[in-house]
Amino acid sequence: MLQAKNKLGLVFFPAFDWAISPTHPEREERLLYTQDQLFEEGIEDIEGIKFYNPIVADQRDVERVHFCVPHVKSRVTESHLISAGGVIKTLQLVMEKEVDKSFALTRPPGHHAQRVVYGDRGFCIINVEAVALEKIRQEYGNLRVAIIDTDCHHGDGTQDIYWNDKNTLFISFHQDGRTLYPGTGSIDEFGGPGGYGYNINIPLPPNTGEEGFLYVLDHVVMPILDDYKPDLIINSAGQDNHYSDPLTRMNFTAQGYAELNHRLNPDVAVLEGGYSIEGALPYINLGIILAMAGIDYSKIHEPDYNKEKLKQPEDITEYIKKVCEKVYNRWKNKENLYIKEISGNDYIQKQQHVYYDTDGIMENQVQNFKVCKKCIGLNTIDSASDTGYHILAITIPMNACSDCIDEGYRLYKNSSNNYSNVYLQDRVHDKYLASPAT
Amino acid sequence: MIIGMDMGGTNIDGVIIEDGKILKTIKKPTNRQDLFSSIYSTFKELLGDYDKSKIERIHLSTTVSTNAIVENKIAQVGMVIQSGPGISYDHLACGKANAFISGYIDHRGNVVETFNPFEIEELCKKFKEEGVTACGVVTKFSTRNPEHEIQIKDILDHHFYPVTMGHALSGRLNFPRRVYTSYLNSAVHSTFNHFAMHMKKSIEEEGIKAPLFLLKADGGTMTIEAAEEKPVETILSGPAASFMGMNASFSTDQDAILLDMGGTTTDIFFLADGVPLFEPLGIKIGKYNTLVRSIYTVSMGLGGDSSIEIKDNGMIISPKREGKPYALGGPKPTPTDAMITLGLIPDYDHHKELAYESMRHLGEKLDSSAEETAQLVLEIMSEMIKHKVTALLNEINSHPVYTIKELLYGKKIEPKLIQIIGGPAKILAPLLEKAWSLPCYYPNNYLIANAIGAALARPTIEITMHADTSKKLLSVPELGHYEKINSGFNLDKAKTRALDLIKENAKSMATSSGQIDAEITEASSFNMIRGFYTKGKDIRVKAQVKPGLIQELRGDNHASSQK
Repeated sequence: MLQAKNKLGLVFFPAFDWAISPTHPEREERLLYTQDQLFEEGIEDIEGIKFYNPIVADQRDVERVHFCVPHVKSRVTESHLISAGGVIKTLQLVMEKEVDKSFALTRPPGHHAQRVVYGDRGFCIINVEAVALEKIRQEYGNLRVAIIDTDCHHGDGTQDIYWNDKNTLFISFHQDGRTLYPGTGSIDEFGGPGGYGYNINIPLPPNTGEEGFLYVLDHVVMPILDDYKPDLIINSAGQDNHYSDPLTRMNFTAQGYAELNHRLNPDVAVLEGGYSIEGALPYINLGIILAMAGIDYSKIHEPDYNKEKLKQPEDITEYIKKVCEKVYNRWKNKENLYIKEISGNDYIQKQQHVYYDTDGIMENQVQNFKVCKKCIGLNTIDSASDTGYHILAITIPMNACSDCIDEGYRLYKNSSNNYSNVYLQDRVHDKYLASPAT
Repeated sequence: MIIGMDMGGTNIDGVIIEDGKILKTIKKPTNRQDLFSSIYSTFKELLGDYDKSKIERIHLSTTVSTNAIVENKIAQVGMVIQSGPGISYDHLACGKANAFISGYIDHRGNVVETFNPFEIEELCKKFKEEGVTACGVVTKFSTRNPEHEIQIKDILDHHFYPVTMGHALSGRLNFPRRVYTSYLNSAVHSTFNHFAMHMKKSIEEEGIKAPLFLLKADGGTMTIEAAEEKPVETILSGPAASFMGMNASFSTDQDAILLDMGGTTTDIFFLADGVPLFEPLGIKIGKYNTLVRSIYTVSMGLGGDSSIEIKDNGMIISPKREGKPYALGGPKPTPTDAMITLGLIPDYDHHKELAYESMRHLGEKLDSSAEETAQLVLEIMSEMIKHKVTALLNEINSHPVYTIKELLYGKKIEPKLIQIIGGPAKILAPLLEKAWSLPCYYPNNYLIANAIGAALARPTIEITMHADTSKKLLSVPELGHYEKINSGFNLDKAKTRALDLIKENAKSMATSSGQIDAEITEASSFNMIRGFYTKGKDIRVKAQVKPGLIQELRGDNHASSQK
């Protein structure tokens, strides 16, 4: 019988009774063939691999991360709470040392969900990883975490949530935003004053293949992780860099995904996007599982795999090398860049137009980050959407100083007249206030 | 009149039942050297002067196949395995010779790469040189498309017998288990068929016309003809026979815990709404996980002969048996000694002095009397059982589910009663009742529950249907059934078809004219969207005839409880 080198926990929850709409890519069928492949390979009989059910996240878990407008119940369905609960379970398994590593194959995904939630964007409503991670931090203390987003789309939601947090290193490599939804993810999106330099984007050209992805991993991601020394590495494991994905234009492979996870060696992986449900997902998921469990994955490839056809053109290789050099230099130089960009300011402002493609909602927001010498700093979001809301969302971050705490509550008390809704997220006391009450 | 016999490792038990009444029972030691003659002589003795023409059916639970595997008295099997890309295949090797061949079928049943017939001819030569007589051929996803297995079998048939095809044994997806199950089927084929031939011949010579059925590990029966083809299905049927026997003396439609306590072990079973719980995929024999459907059973090391010691001022009942009870000349105090001490086993009252001594000796270290110590032994036993059963229930109730509905509202097993058989059953029943606050029942005829179960079990069958309307194909691999469907085929039609197919097959399996209770156990239908268009439906249905009884026992044999 096969034995896993690393004890691996799998939360495989395909939600066979849930879809955004009948023909939407995020539909019942999405993980059906992955299930077939995993069952046929006999994954459940491998010693050291165990399947777990998700738990169900609750409203409080969501409110630690998001401002749902007007409230959680109106935006979030059971399927989202279960998907987040699946990630909570995987993190708990690792934190409790019941397993060495874990992988959440849950849906819907979450990495496009930002702090403010008016609706669904990029098939995401809540950021399942962030919701899970912040619950774990509330219970286990403020861990140093690296999230490596390998989805083909920029993880703009995760970037937004951890923009101002240097305890969460966010690295996303993705198809260049000038060629793909959501359009963000350029190199100069580098983090807010409390996390400057800890938000790293590596935009890659269309047709990047195995060679390019592994180059990025070896020459940027791994060196940065060596510097950062996280307590926990999470792979936001979108699978749409695959050459057969219908929504993207990359040339990554199942073997490449397995190799990437072998080298990255994450503690936890979380399925994000990936919509080549027949030709890619069964093989990529199998590859990630074997790589994480420490089992030979060298014989995995897709039925139509053709190494020659997928070979990365020379000019792409050269371009990627330049991008990598630039990104890594910025990481090494982040203290100087901070002095240039941030120092001397009391507040840093960030303006965003956010489009909710799945629900067709437009939002304008201004985020305001206090540059505080004693803590990470109070921050606010002033946001209006074309659904008629105009909200103020105030966040008192974990480990905030007493001045920032007081300022946050003062602001909450005095602002209600100017907005339809005012919210206060107090991470110091793990409290969430909403006015009008929900 | 029904004859039921269960051949275990130690004893052969037999029973004659007519209209729910036990007419005669028998217990004889098993001669492992000659299984056939020991079962046949027991059969003849059981039959005695009864009118042979009144026998309606003969049911047999036998260890012939199990023993062949455990004692490695099996055929030299050559395995032809087509694994395609995926997990590397070295761990699949089993048996005398293994050939990993080219070719590949994907999860949708598409042939991605054909196999090479010359490769098969070559390996036939090699197998022959290595002394292979029987073969198994298994391809990955053969349950979705069996064509490679069928074509390769055609070639192998010229040289070897039997040739087992993986898809014919089970429609479930699990390639390694399909490999092992096919291997075992070919490995025990000749041993079992040899036994079956003797059995049929002898019965015929007696002038008995009644059909012969074999017990399966899922608590059901199959015809001897079916068993000859799939002898692997007869492995490990003993616990299932006991289980059905317990059911015969007390049937329920509730969730229940069933316990069978022997000298060294206690077997634990569960009922969900009165239906036995099955192993999720199949039973394990030796080092092999199989796809042989089986009743869920866990054996814990606790019985009447378990040895008891005092450690750090606490009493420990060890999972080991170190010999007979102290009162009967064994080395260590045992639960049986505790029961004798308390006067609960009248037959052993003449051993009471020794038993008492063992309890008194144990009690010295605990500062308690012999009676108190004996009472403590029983309480600890009942706590140990409760602890184990609770842990099992937690595990069972957290089995993976795949829909939101199941996760939030799925069935959880919450036992409403306990049933116990075995030597200490009557004595432990009141303690278990107290520990669980649930009624605990014990039948009177527990000593031959296994033979009763064998006698009264009904045929069972399970099928796995897959329908793909884009390919216009419906398949039930374990029946070798493939039919064309049109694009209007849907889940309701699939369910109806599954029930029809199962009834047709159950009829050919059973000669009884009784009603066949077929039911759907799983059913799902997925719209297959390619681009933005619906290309078809992927429909999956499982149906079964669940285990049941031909008749229930009546009168004295019914289970009783303290309440």
